[in-house]
Amino acid sequence: MTVVTAEGVAAQDFSRVVEVHRPQIFRFLLASLRDVDLAETLTQECFLKAHRNWGRFRGDSSPMTWLMRIAINLQKDHWRNRRMQFWRQTRANAVDLDEAGEWLPSGERTAEQRMLARERVAQVWSVVGNLSERQRTVFLLRYVEERELSEIAQATGLSEGTVKAHLSRALGRVRAELRGTR
Amino acid sequence: MSWKHRLAGEDEDLVVEQALRNFKASVDAWSEVAWSESASRPRTPVRRLGQGWRLATGWALGCVLAAGSVAGALYERRHTLDLARIAAAQAAAEKIEQVQLASRQKTPGQTDQDLLATVDSDISRAVPAAMEPLAQMMDEKSADDSGTQQ
Repeated sequence: MTVVTAEGVAAQDFSRVVEVHRPQIFRFLLASLRDVDLAETLTQECFLKAHRNWGRFRGDSSPMTWLMRIAINLQKDHWRNRRMQFWRQTRANAVDLDEAGEWLPSGERTAEQRMLARERVAQVWSVVGNLSERQRTVFLLRYVEERELSEIAQATGLSEGTVKAHLSRALGRVRAELRGTR
Repeated sequence: MSWKHRLAGEDEDLVVEQALRNFKASVDAWSEVAWSESASRPRTPVRRLGQGWRLATGWALGCVLAAGSVAGALYERRHTLDLARIAAAQAAAEKIEQVQLASRQKTPGQTDQDLLATVDSDISRAVPAAMEPLAQMMDEKSADDSGTQQ
């Protein structure tokens, strides 16, 4: 296979990866940052970085895990940059926690059930908003992206034991928050 | 653990499970709407990570402009002071010249006498060596004359 053809195949592969995984990366960043514009920007950055390094991707993990790792690092950089700022800009595009809980598909039967479900979702959002950056990442990867523990460990660079511990603590907080309203 | 506690625990697990399922559904729904909206919107290259550079460039330009205007104002002030100093020096020189001219016009006789005395002394000092004996004789004669007169 000539070099040109190999590059063509690689480009085709990459566009397929973008097509499949872009909405998932966007969803993870959106849930993590609660800011549509910022999530879009970081998704773009993520795929730009991935495109630059696509030639070096050896396939040790799945493309999704690799992309998720890039997204997590970008998100870390973002928070670090925000902490470095002398004056904190208010996040004009950030969605309020209550507002984030509004996005609930109306699958419940009665109005009362719908209201209760919405309230509980808002409580989960509230807990997620107060988790540490690492706990939030692990929690979202597990309960929104439905990733296996091993994949989460690979994406975050943590051991499986640490991932389990973070999940357990985050879940404990969700449980306590929900118990408070019962 | 009693059967009541176990039942309560199972119930709680169900509630948490349901809440987490609904939470995922809410993220999915929000993400889908935001994704489709962003796909239909004309994409502008928003690069927040580069905003720091833009801000720094803005600050640098602002500082350069401020420094330029301060330096301009200082230069203008210095230039005005220099012009005033030159004008004052010129006026003083003119005044001195006028005073000297006036004093010269007041005492013309004295000036002429002084000039003649200077010329006489210059001439008397410039006697050539060959005329030295004659000059001495003249000096002696004049001394004698003055002695006889006394």
